[in-house]
Amino acid sequence: MANKISILIVDDEESVRDSLYNWFIEDGYNVDCAENAQKALSILENKNFDIILADIRMPGMDGLEMQRRIKLLNKDSIIIIMTAFSSVDSAVRALKDGAYDYITKPFDPDDLSHLIRNATKQITLKAENEALREKVVSLENIDDVIGNSEAIIKVLKQVETVAQSSSSVIITGESGTGKELIARAIHSNSKRKYFPLVSVHCGALTESLLESELFGHEKGAFTGAMYNRKGRFEMADGGTIFLDEISTISTKMQVELLRVLETKTFVRVGGNKEVASDFRIICATNKDLMKMVKEGTFREDLYYRLNVVNITIPPLRDRIEDIPPLVDYFIRKYCTSMSRSIIPIEPAALKRLEQYDFPGNVRELENMIERAIVVGNQKEIRLKDLPFEKQVMTNTSESLDDLEKAHILQILGKYDWNISRSAKALNVDRLTLYNKIKKYDLKSLKS
Amino acid sequence: MDTQGILLISHGQFEKEFLENIANDVAREFLLPVSIENSNINLDAFYDSARRQYDGNRLLKHTELASPSPFLIKIGLFRVDLFIPILTYIFGQATLNGNAGIASLYRLKNELYGMEKDNELLVGRFKKVIIHELGHTFGLLHCHTPTCVMRSSTYVEDLDQKSSHFCTKCRDEIERLKSGF
Repeated sequence: MANKISILIVDDEESVRDSLYNWFIEDGYNVDCAENAQKALSILENKNFDIILADIRMPGMDGLEMQRRIKLLNKDSIIIIMTAFSSVDSAVRALKDGAYDYITKPFDPDDLSHLIRNATKQITLKAENEALREKVVSLENIDDVIGNSEAIIKVLKQVETVAQSSSSVIITGESGTGKELIARAIHSNSKRKYFPLVSVHCGALTESLLESELFGHEKGAFTGAMYNRKGRFEMADGGTIFLDEISTISTKMQVELLRVLETKTFVRVGGNKEVASDFRIICATNKDLMKMVKEGTFREDLYYRLNVVNITIPPLRDRIEDIPPLVDYFIRKYCTSMSRSIIPIEPAALKRLEQYDFPGNVRELENMIERAIVVGNQKEIRLKDLPFEKQVMTNTSESLDDLEKAHILQILGKYDWNISRSAKALNVDRLTLYNKIKKYDLKSLKS
Repeated sequence: MDTQGILLISHGQFEKEFLENIANDVAREFLLPVSIENSNINLDAFYDSARRQYDGNRLLKHTELASPSPFLIKIGLFRVDLFIPILTYIFGQATLNGNAGIASLYRLKNELYGMEKDNELLVGRFKKVIIHELGHTFGLLHCHTPTCVMRSSTYVEDLDQKSSHFCTKCRDEIERLKSGF
């Protein structure tokens, strides 16, 4: 969509025109510039622009007069006025005359980005008609959701349907089934895709930290708070907030969350002003929330507010036909990242994977393939490259170096490549671990 | 010296290990050799006393015009607060389809926002800004895939939401663009 939106920048300062031109080009918009109002009007006589970003003070004709003339040419033009502090009164006059909004120079990058995305959203909504809404939507940006099984197709069909609404969604599934990927797929295929998808892993945060993360804080709220900080709900304005491990939040946070969901407003820590945010909420859990409601550990009212749509991702052992395409995908992913040729997997190894019950689901399979590529012979993935217990027991032909390399890799994987925690688990200092990583040329491929 | 690689130009006190870590990841992401060079230019000349920041446009120009270089792309790494006239700050910028970019870690520090210092997070954020800006020099535009490094980020937490890697689409595109060099 973004590359279909056209923007005309009108400003007499070359540096402003150049900077904004580069900014919008990088965002994929069609952009043109004019150094004064007369030039802009002349361009607009021959070509329509979706958004016109104009300075209010220019030599010759000012921004206000130009706006009036543009509206005669095209009353639907979205005009955004750029102003200095001293000319805010004029900007307000421009709003009364039909400007979409104004922005004060110099801009906060986030304000500019938000303003243009809001304008884009308005244009998009206007362009849509009922026929378009009913059209079958093909899913985009689902590169990471792999599988052809009936179960995964059913999930993707649900994604396609729920993406079109702003209803709350709970995604359930065992650990490692890819709940966050499904949340991303919903966001990327919704009208909110031009706005952020903000993820919060509730289980990793204490109650007070979660409060500050979700609601943000004001400058001076506590020692060290030198700047205002946006909370996750505020960051998700226009977009989607994804709360992982929702079952772990405290009773107090459940009350807070319910209030935010009901009012779509909140107050930053240390602040007293209500902040509004237009977000969609998607939650994920590997727990049975209904059971928690019955046990009294999860609020029933919050459960029903969150659980408008429920998507359940089946465990990998229930869709073994997805294992071959997943294996192919992970081989391609990791071989490419390691700058190696794509290698095959020997049939015996694939068969063993299809027989395994994968308690850690797709994440476990991914780690197995990554490890097999790192420790293997770089020609193919063999059964002995897979970390099945039986295999390790009989793996006596491997050298001590091979065993050390595999063990270090396993620990690094376990602690998500956190060097301090991995070194502690291995009972060595950080420097030793760094040296081993260098020696065995171990690499983390995840950000 | 390689004629097809990327040059990281360090302005300021960056630890060798820190730079090498970044260079390795940049090399892996672009599949190109990466070199590091320390600059000794005086940044005072780029300081704007009214803004109390350093002029990103002039620094980018300086990086572009820096002594004739056999490198394909040069990127200046800074510790100072960068701005361009129209924006209050920038994390970095680059010339689209050009040969230069700049990136600063000043605004990427947790401490600036009242959070606990986190060096690992800082390095991760800096890598993302550098790879993102280098992506622009190759001609990549912003991407809507939530985890792609080419997704636009206007504040630090936004950076944390994406990875330091290209999505499949951008990776294919960069391979195509690279073959045109």
